[in-house]
Amino acid sequence: MSAPARALDVLARTVAPLVLAILGSAVVLLALGANPWAFYADVLRFSLTGEGWQQTLTAMAPLLLISLGLIVSFRAQLWNLGYGGTYLLSAAVVAGVAPAVFAFLPYGAATLLLLVLAAGVGLILALIPASLKAWFGTNEVITSLMTSFVAASLANLLVKGPFQDPSVSVPQTRVLDLEFMLAYVPGTRVHLGVVLAFALVILMHVMLTRSSFGTRIDVLGLNPRAAAHAGIHVPRMTVAVFVVSGALIGLAGAIDMLGLWGYMRTDWNPGYGDKILPFVFLARLNPLGSVPLVGVYAVLATGGTLAAQRAGISVDLLTLLVALVLFFMVIVEYLAARHSVGRSYLPRGIFKAVRA
Amino acid sequence: MTAPEIALHLRGIEKRFGAVQANAGIDLDVRPGEIHCLLGENGAGKSTLISMLAGQQRPDAGEIVVGGRTVRFTSPTDSRRARIGVVFQHSMLIPTMTVHENMLLAAMPGVRLHRQAAEDRLTELSSVFGEPINPARLVAELSLGERQQLELVRALWAEPRILVLDEPTSMLTPAGAAALFQRLQDLAKTGVAVILVTHKIDEALALGDRITVLRSGEVAARFGPSELAEVPPAELRPRILDRMFGGTAPKRASGPPPRPFEDRAPGRPLLALERVSSSDRHGGMPIFDVSLQVHAGEVVGVAGIDGHGQLALAEAIAGSRGIAGGRVIFDGRDVGGMPIRRKQRLGLRYVTDDRLGEGIVGQLSVALNLLLKRIGQPPFWRFGRMNRAEVEHEAQELIRRFDIRTPSARAPAGHLSGGNVQKILLARELAHDARLVVLNKPSYGLDAATVSRVHGEVRRFVSRGGACLMLSTDLDELLEIADRIAVLAQGRIVGWVLARSSDAAARVSELMTAGGQQ
Amino acid sequence: MNEAMLTAFVVAALAAAMPLLLTAIGETVGEQSGVLNIGLEGLMLVGAYASFAVTLASGSFTLGFLCGAVAGAALSSLMALLAVRLRASQIVVGIGLTLAGTGLTSMLYDASYADTRPHLPPPTPVPIGPLDAIPVLGPALSTQPTAFYLTWVMLGFASLWLHHTGPGLRLRAAGQRPEALAAVGGRVLRLRVGAVLFGGATAGLGGTYLALVSAGTFTPGMTHGLGFLAIVVAMLGRGRMLAVGGIALVYGIFVAIGTALQLTTIELSNDVITMAPFVVVLIVLAAIGLKRTRGGQEARPALPPALATPYPPGD
Repeated sequence: MSAPARALDVLARTVAPLVLAILGSAVVLLALGANPWAFYADVLRFSLTGEGWQQTLTAMAPLLLISLGLIVSFRAQLWNLGYGGTYLLSAAVVAGVAPAVFAFLPYGAATLLLLVLAAGVGLILALIPASLKAWFGTNEVITSLMTSFVAASLANLLVKGPFQDPSVSVPQTRVLDLEFMLAYVPGTRVHLGVVLAFALVILMHVMLTRSSFGTRIDVLGLNPRAAAHAGIHVPRMTVAVFVVSGALIGLAGAIDMLGLWGYMRTDWNPGYGDKILPFVFLARLNPLGSVPLVGVYAVLATGGTLAAQRAGISVDLLTLLVALVLFFMVIVEYLAARHSVGRSYLPRGIFKAVRA
Repeated sequence: MTAPEIALHLRGIEKRFGAVQANAGIDLDVRPGEIHCLLGENGAGKSTLISMLAGQQRPDAGEIVVGGRTVRFTSPTDSRRARIGVVFQHSMLIPTMTVHENMLLAAMPGVRLHRQAAEDRLTELSSVFGEPINPARLVAELSLGERQQLELVRALWAEPRILVLDEPTSMLTPAGAAALFQRLQDLAKTGVAVILVTHKIDEALALGDRITVLRSGEVAARFGPSELAEVPPAELRPRILDRMFGGTAPKRASGPPPRPFEDRAPGRPLLALERVSSSDRHGGMPIFDVSLQVHAGEVVGVAGIDGHGQLALAEAIAGSRGIAGGRVIFDGRDVGGMPIRRKQRLGLRYVTDDRLGEGIVGQLSVALNLLLKRIGQPPFWRFGRMNRAEVEHEAQELIRRFDIRTPSARAPAGHLSGGNVQKILLARELAHDARLVVLNKPSYGLDAATVSRVHGEVRRFVSRGGACLMLSTDLDELLEIADRIAVLAQGRIVGWVLARSSDAAARVSELMTAGGQQ
Repeated sequence: MNEAMLTAFVVAALAAAMPLLLTAIGETVGEQSGVLNIGLEGLMLVGAYASFAVTLASGSFTLGFLCGAVAGAALSSLMALLAVRLRASQIVVGIGLTLAGTGLTSMLYDASYADTRPHLPPPTPVPIGPLDAIPVLGPALSTQPTAFYLTWVMLGFASLWLHHTGPGLRLRAAGQRPEALAAVGGRVLRLRVGAVLFGGATAGLGGTYLALVSAGTFTPGMTHGLGFLAIVVAMLGRGRMLAVGGIALVYGIFVAIGTALQLTTIELSNDVITMAPFVVVLIVLAAIGLKRTRGGQEARPALPPALATPYPPGD
């Protein structure tokens, strides 16, 4: 297959699951008595027009960072499924200590410190499944999931406990003063965290596709035994990958706290990681490629929340839609691989290449 | 209509995999009570034929007739029902389950498990081949000989009329092979039709009542009982060789002929093992108290039955495995347990026997695979960034020098044939300041042309001052390439033989038998 | 501590343990066949919702349980199709199942019951006659519904099936070394599909038990990680059903202790109780890992070697 034909093929395989998922959700909407046309029109309207596009961009910030975290780890065939709890705990920590930090340090230093702190929380949490895997070979699917649950509970405990805002009765942290939150890009209401996220996307893309670290990750992900044979220190790489992944996800928590919310409640879980995961795979674990797909999800999430309210439908429709994206992606790849030259373009771990 | 005295009749069997015609127009008659040898080198199409007889694949065209009835196998169960038993080359037992469970599985029970009956049959059958095996033991704990025994038991479980064995002696000592042959002959006397698939001419000559030679997927020759009985072996061999390789016997390895070892001044050994004990990561046989030396400019062979510690030895020297006892000295340095990267930088290289599982990353390009052990090193990576031009240039150079057949340097390495994958491994290890290379089963599964190429490269490397430690289960290979041969049995070196001596082959076999109790 | 409190304690422990046990039974069978299903949360939730809706409408608990099992099996058919037949990653499909189950049930609940928030009466307990006299256990058991006893029966059958029948042997072989099973004519994919559907049904039953017996209602996301715990229980049980039963009971006792402590003066936040099982699991896994590296390689590995690998491998 020639290069342009290949590119078109990949494009088709990427768009098809999205289209099918949207159609599938339309059917569900009909079943629930809502109007799909109106719904999707609302989705586009609320997310793109007027102030909407700024909200969509803002929503992309944590999503991009979490995507990067997933991409790094999945490229190495390491299942870091601890994103849920990591995000929550680092957000809780940042939201909790931010008021104090800003009281003692100048704005720039404080912000930097908090970002580093959040990355640090993610890093430390990631060490749990990473060490168990590196030292004992323990299955990281389970350990990262367990860590996630522990971290989520810890986040709750912190918010209800030491980080509780003493002046209110509901369990939440003190609201950060507006002046301490991340500044907006001039002329917009899009905070600088979005810029940081995009910058990191570019950085990670270069690192993963051009650097020796990235090549080692590829080798580790494709054939861990060959990686060991080639002299790659597998346990060390495992820890390194997990730690980078965790740090990025932790950073997402800080970005949301410092840029968007300014405080954190208990029993709140936006569940970004679960929802962005299918899109990460659809992007074939490519950082640059993840940007448009994360954008698509951001549009659906931002617009969809409001559109669902308007239609009187639970916002969990989005969760269902994301699940449909995942299932259709698997099916489309399977069918396409059978008809074309024979290989799935998805990285190993989704599919072993189907024999032509 | 086939005569009733033909146990198995194949007519016009064809099988194609993509671009490769594995079997083309195969006709075969196997008679009961006969040992019929299917002879052919690696890649001749023997395994494909066996898998079709075993019911694992279906022929694209042609007929299989068993005992006068045409059959179509849709699964291995059909094959077993047709009273065909197959002993595969690679064990199809489940190591993590007990002997008893494995046999029960082979019996394909219904809902009820007839444990006692299975146990009785196991005892009955296994006694035929040796000591009865304790059914409660895990297969992983059995010795190689016992596993071989069990494979035979499993194949004979349903009282087959046709028994197919695929390279059965690859894991046996000469004594074990002789015992096996005796039993096969006993079996044949009871009327079973035995098909022995092998690439060893001597085996076929010793055992076969009939020999059919396969080459490139087709029947190249048939030798009947009268011819085998009347023509002396010395005359038969070249005829068979001729049919196996199509008129061109395997070329003698190219490259300069080695200087007789005795002529060379040995000097300090490049590699010295002093009483090394170690195990391999997969739990195979460990090595004990191994001492050996390899000098620059020589090839030291290590002969032995597969699974007698070769992997442990290779990994102790050139892998990253820690040493349990003793020292490994390379160029004066103690390299025991040293990380692979550092060993490589010192010039100590390793061509693994597990080419696809460990040697290459199939989905990555040939170019990247050629540089797999140099990730991050200049000039290919500078300041952490990959220099594509340099990588491409080096890859093209290696592809040319080692004659690696690939559509391009960017092609995925996994698409290449086994022989070309081996060339990638050789190119990777021998190039770039290699001083000593450890080769583990370098010719296994390769066609003769590639083997000759591999040997040529080794010769060239050694003549320029390199050193080579070659572990191989193929004695002919070692006799041809090595200067000295160490015999490895049960994880120990049981003796040394000079390869050029006249009775080298016999001495090696003797040492293997004496040292290796099954 | 008086008898009444002990009885209440036992009842609470059983209520917490049974949903976990049911789900773990199915996941054990699945894992033994080589399939790691991390979508159990979603499967439990669809079972919980379906049974809740059906029982609410029909008044029949039996019908509810049946529908819960069917719902779980139906959703798990996606795992069977995509991961087993089409050989996609079991992990990815599992995440999809969790998403689908969570999203679907939350949506449906919101559309149907969000305003009314109905509750169900507890199911009719099975009278145990004279056994009632046994201290503590007697009164505790006398409140247990049919489903409780059927769960243990199912555990027994599953154990028998796995370890004492031909199909069970083949199923385990599919998880140990599928190529070897295929070589003797076993149908690897068919066995795995069956195991997955069974696992889906039992997960659905687990959710059903949670909704109909333990809680008496459906709340979106009511499983709170129980599905993931079931995976761990199955892994720790290593294919031995009695061990699975034991671990589930230990979990139940754990939860009951936590709840009991809350009633005393000890300030124990709900979050700590929620967190505790997961922390314990991590510690146990670390201990196992430590023991394994100290003691060298085991001949019988803890997890089926072919777990989570598609068959046929075809790379």
